[in-house]
Amino acid sequence: MITLIDYKAGNLTSVRKAFTYLGQQSVVTDDPALVLDAEALVLPGVGHFITTERLATSGVRRAVLAAIERGTPFLGICVGMQWQFAGSTEAPDTEGLALFEGKCERFQTNLKVPHVGWNQIRRTPHGGCSRLLDGVPDESFVYFTHSYRAPVVAGVAAVTTYDETFAACVERDNVFGVQFHPEKSGDTGLRILRNFCDYAAERSAG
Amino acid sequence: MSTGITKRIIACLDVTNGRVVKGVQFVDLIDAGDPAELAHLHATSGADEIVLLDITATSDARPILIDVVRRTARQLFVPFTVGGGVRSLDDASALFDAGADKISINSAAIKSPEIITEIAERFGSQAVIIAIDAKRKPGASVSSTGTVSAEVYLAGGRIATGLDAVEWAREAESRGGGEILLTSMDCDGTRTGFDCPLTAAVANAVSIPVIASGGAGSGDHFVDVFKAGCADAALAASIFHFGIHDVRELKAQLQREGIPMRLPC
Repeated sequence: MITLIDYKAGNLTSVRKAFTYLGQQSVVTDDPALVLDAEALVLPGVGHFITTERLATSGVRRAVLAAIERGTPFLGICVGMQWQFAGSTEAPDTEGLALFEGKCERFQTNLKVPHVGWNQIRRTPHGGCSRLLDGVPDESFVYFTHSYRAPVVAGVAAVTTYDETFAACVERDNVFGVQFHPEKSGDTGLRILRNFCDYAAERSAG
Repeated sequence: MSTGITKRIIACLDVTNGRVVKGVQFVDLIDAGDPAELAHLHATSGADEIVLLDITATSDARPILIDVVRRTARQLFVPFTVGGGVRSLDDASALFDAGADKISINSAAIKSPEIITEIAERFGSQAVIIAIDAKRKPGASVSSTGTVSAEVYLAGGRIATGLDAVEWAREAESRGGGEILLTSMDCDGTRTGFDCPLTAAVANAVSIPVIASGGAGSGDHFVDVFKAGCADAALAASIFHFGIHDVRELKAQLQREGIPMRLPC
């Protein structure tokens, strides 16, 4: 059972639909108690970084940190991944989880911002044995839509280049994050979600 | 490729009464098939996105066919946009609930532009596409300064607004629109090529992506709209539906011409 965290920003239908397609049941909640007891957590996110402020005020942030401490598999998508960093200049007073160092910043490029469309991911040395990217070849295309990007720091498993090179995928123990939208990235994205489900299933079995 | 991002090929399904149709310059509609089947077909043959437009929703004041959207979205794992008759945040919410990733608004955004901001604040700018149907003004198509003058129409091309296409695109961006879907009414359905000067004028006026639409008839037309038209994505309907063009074959041609494409797909 996948627990999708709802923080009233954006649309969970597509992510939920992808898990259903993969044969995974899912529930949607904003209840810290359910987050704490989840078998696996997914935080989809779109829009402004400031919307993650609700996670702090509702107590979900504390529950997520406790769940991670217990070893609960946790996947952040888009702003959900950015939230795993220390913060974002998009909302300087809103704290991230600081599971990965550094802050997200707006693209500094003459190219169009937001970065919208299909782009390629490639593994870092750290990503060589990534669970999330298992079976996903380097240079695979995935779908992005974002204006802020996370820095390439320890824990980054794959990067993407849009004038600047940024974190496309992070992974450390039971914590995973993707800047792109796996639920909108065709077979590559479904493979990544399946890998997360497989990891979660192994963990709850073992 | 220096930037890494690819240009997108978007398959458009114009839907009325639950069926995909194709017309020439917004009239003379003929049946082209089932939306869910065609969406899936296009996605598996390499379309980077699918757009479903309920082309008669506004004029008939009929609610969008939510069940068609739900059925089409169920097994579609590329970005999926739905438009036609979106008049309120509630309309948009219902479409997102049914599985749309983005909604396209046209008439309602012109009549009450605050709806753009309202939907963007709730669902994010990336989920809001501003559809602009534009027609060149007679006798003033391109000025000596290269400025393209085109007028925005609403209600599926039925009503002239007096708005300038480039200015409206800028305003839509400032209000929170995430992408512009620009349809040339002069070129739509003619298969004689996109309106590249108009597309370039809009694309260079805004920072958000511009999707060019109307006039696709050959691979060369797509080359032109990505190079001369500065489009970020190009949309076509009829040339895909009847198998005249395979998306995969089109993308291979564009890649050979130096336009970055998602391949293999």
